[in-house]
Amino acid sequence: MSPPLLSVEGLGQGNVSLMASQVTVDSLSPASLEFKERNYLGLSDCSSVDSSPASNLCKENKSNLNLKATELRLGLPGSQSPERGPELNLLATGKLNEKNLFPLAPSKDGICSSSQKNVVSGNKRVFSDTMDGFSEIKGPSYTEGNWMFNTSRTDSESAQPVGLGKFSGSGNINVMLSSGSAVTHAALVKEVPQKALEAGHHLKTANASKVNGSNNNTSAPAAKAQVVGWPPIRSFRKNTLATSSKNNEEVDGKPGPGALFVKVSMDGAPYLRKVDLRIYSTYQELSTALEKMFSCFTIGQCGSQSTCGKEMLSESKLRDLLHGSEYVVTYEDKDGDWMLVGDVPWEMFIDSCKRLKIMKGSDAIGLAPRAMEKSKNRN
Amino acid sequence: MAYSFPEEVLEYVLSFIKSDKDRNAVSLVCKSWYEIERWCRKRVFIGNCYAVSPMIMIRRFPEIRSVEIKGKPHFADFNLVPEGWGGYFYPWVIAMSKAYPMLEAIRLKRMVVSDECLEMIAKSFKNFRVLVLSSCEGFSTDGLASIAANCRNLRELDLRESEVEDLSGHWLSHFPDTCTSLVSLNIACLGSEVCFSSLERLVSRCPNLRKLQLNRTVPLEKLPNLLCRAPQLVELGTGAYSAELRPESLSNLVNAFTGCKKLKALSGFWDVVPLYLPAIYPVCCGLTSLNLSYANIQSPDIIKLVSQCQNLQRLWVLDYIEDSGLDVLASCCKNLEELRVFPSDPYELEPNVPLTEQGLVSVSEGCPKLHSVLFFCRRMSNAALVTIARNSPNLIRFRLCILEARAPDYLTNEPLDAGFGAIVENCRKLRRLSLSGFLTDRVFEYIGKHAKKLEMLSIAFAGDGDMGLHHVLSGCDSLRKLEIRDSPFGDQALLANAAKLETMRSLWMSSCSVSYGACKLLGQKLRRLNIEVIDERGTPESRPESCPIEKIYIYRTLSGPRFDTPNFIWTMDEEGNSPLGIA
Repeated sequence: MSPPLLSVEGLGQGNVSLMASQVTVDSLSPASLEFKERNYLGLSDCSSVDSSPASNLCKENKSNLNLKATELRLGLPGSQSPERGPELNLLATGKLNEKNLFPLAPSKDGICSSSQKNVVSGNKRVFSDTMDGFSEIKGPSYTEGNWMFNTSRTDSESAQPVGLGKFSGSGNINVMLSSGSAVTHAALVKEVPQKALEAGHHLKTANASKVNGSNNNTSAPAAKAQVVGWPPIRSFRKNTLATSSKNNEEVDGKPGPGALFVKVSMDGAPYLRKVDLRIYSTYQELSTALEKMFSCFTIGQCGSQSTCGKEMLSESKLRDLLHGSEYVVTYEDKDGDWMLVGDVPWEMFIDSCKRLKIMKGSDAIGLAPRAMEKSKNRN
Repeated sequence: MAYSFPEEVLEYVLSFIKSDKDRNAVSLVCKSWYEIERWCRKRVFIGNCYAVSPMIMIRRFPEIRSVEIKGKPHFADFNLVPEGWGGYFYPWVIAMSKAYPMLEAIRLKRMVVSDECLEMIAKSFKNFRVLVLSSCEGFSTDGLASIAANCRNLRELDLRESEVEDLSGHWLSHFPDTCTSLVSLNIACLGSEVCFSSLERLVSRCPNLRKLQLNRTVPLEKLPNLLCRAPQLVELGTGAYSAELRPESLSNLVNAFTGCKKLKALSGFWDVVPLYLPAIYPVCCGLTSLNLSYANIQSPDIIKLVSQCQNLQRLWVLDYIEDSGLDVLASCCKNLEELRVFPSDPYELEPNVPLTEQGLVSVSEGCPKLHSVLFFCRRMSNAALVTIARNSPNLIRFRLCILEARAPDYLTNEPLDAGFGAIVENCRKLRRLSLSGFLTDRVFEYIGKHAKKLEMLSIAFAGDGDMGLHHVLSGCDSLRKLEIRDSPFGDQALLANAAKLETMRSLWMSSCSVSYGACKLLGQKLRRLNIEVIDERGTPESRPESCPIEKIYIYRTLSGPRFDTPNFIWTMDEEGNSPLGIA
């Protein structure tokens, strides 16, 4: 029989209760905060089996419990709000605790087909290994791509989950970049508690623009709010709407609504990203976003060269790396041909782009002449 | 007792029992009934592909003819589940190819299906008949060609909203001339042009074809030809509904539609030229289902259509219908059961059309049989929700999406707790609910108290803290699927209600406040659940235990941790350690 679960009553003794029906609402007192606290700590199993992590958690919970549960938190993972425990308060000091931010490098091949990858210990390297050598840093050391480029817009609630994205994902980059980015983080820190305040005190008005405008400290006020997955509409529908409304152009010249998600893959990256092309209006914007999204791979690739070893990699160096012979961005068009990004006018590109791929410059050599020819034929 | 009833008799009786629930009940009566039942079960439904392994299914049910399997969590539809998460059909098809040579039907939802899988299906199952791939991905038109070429008795090929790598339309020509068995063909999600003459010939030689959903590239001019060859159609999805204006185009269409006396459902309608809409007037009075959700037509045209569809039971439409159109719907379509209104411009927070909560109120007033609602709008009020709840006590599914996250009651600026509270209190049969707008823990108190039949709940940007989640987990007796995003729910509610998790199919939480420590604890305590931490920042071990994780997916399973997790997912194991073994 399995050990007693976290039953609401009984606190780890006597009632071996597996059924939810045993967990009754009645057993909860109104002062449930306290109750839960006891309940949580009363796990005899927990303390005997593996005391340190569990009791640490208990301790932390004890101190934070009364605060947390009643606070109007907006539940940011890794939130920058100062109410949280000191170990999370990394940004307040302006210093980035690299150890906590810098994600672990995954296994070498990055292909997730092999078994026993995560259940058994093994293939993953510890942070200290990677920090020393910058060698072969691949894998999920970046955050969800959408999150990242949404920060460049930071409209409305996108600041919330996105805050995290930028926080930890660029933790990567910030380790190596100049302190300029710390300022942006500070800005984000300020934004978050303010948002919490807003929501908590029902300051929401029906004025839609307030949501958009309120924390638009960074850039592009013109871009619409883009929270990942909100509103909840399937990609197929979004893309279809986008193309059909383009066909019937709005009279007042509003930009085409809807999103146009295309997959972006990169040689050596473990998995794909999706990018909404409608967010950008120039190649430069797209390029910057892609750089941010996939920068860690580039860094990893250059790791073998001694130059990248310990010195701070500035943003411009990053760009040079991408624009140098290392990587090029290509796309698959409607006819199934692979072309270099940047040859055709932006509007035409959006129209015909089905998929993006970042490949090594050496692989892309054959593409350039074809692309030129094609656009010649079109004109 | 066992020998008072010969097996054959019981088997015969059981052959009339189709529902899974009933079958499951039968198998619990006694051991011999369990045995008899399992040998004669023909269909199995697996709501979570990782809840059970192919071997377990095969071991228990040796004579299956039809499987239905679901893979990724629902929020995958909205890009919240990273690519590479899982849901691979391959292990299933490998196992079934050996165990179920007589398999006839495969229905998959949100799974990754490769061309290799499709080839295996094509060559392993001699009597294969039905393939439905709903929101699936990972395959190309080459895989479809294998299916077309090899499945001699294919009846249904339905690609509903799947993401197909569209290499060419040539695959359709792989249906041999001897194939005459098609009953249903849905290729609406495909982008490239199929060879039209192949399509025509295919349609001509399949006299049982009842359902045909074309893709956008099939031009309107070709539709009359097709319809004349298949006047027995019951469901039709048009291609692009636009053509150059020619005098005979319209009359051809009208004649073709008039010939389809059995038509009950229409969909498609991409790129509509309103001039051609009157062509479907002849069939309107027989229509029970109309999907205009891709049609860029304005309210007056929609009204003209809808007002002729008195027998309409299901309408999917864009917000172009406007409140005025919904008023007409309410007065003309008294048999309406399901309404879905989608936003034409979802990212624009300022209203682009006069569609408000009023439209939904009208429909709830005028349509007594309304039971399923999916409604996107820009504003809502408690008063409206209370009215809707009062008008439609028989609601089964109520999914409301106010486009602006956390939008309060636009009249009073209050949270929408009372409104949704009224919904759950009055609609006792409610099985599915999606919340939006500004909501505090109070709404969850109402839900926990009243929504006893609720099976699926979707929460976004709502609640104040753990009490909210606690109300739901402790109060909703029938809850099977719970999905939450961007809400301040954390450890306490989860831990206090851990036992509940084993009674549910799955729980998804993303951008909430669940700490890694809590995940480890759950993993340690609840052996029959998989606690999967999804975090793209790298291993949670590199951060403090109190640090919240990005996403968590918890589901019950008989198969233990899965082995196909990508490197951004960590399954909590029994020792309470991170499975990476890093102390």
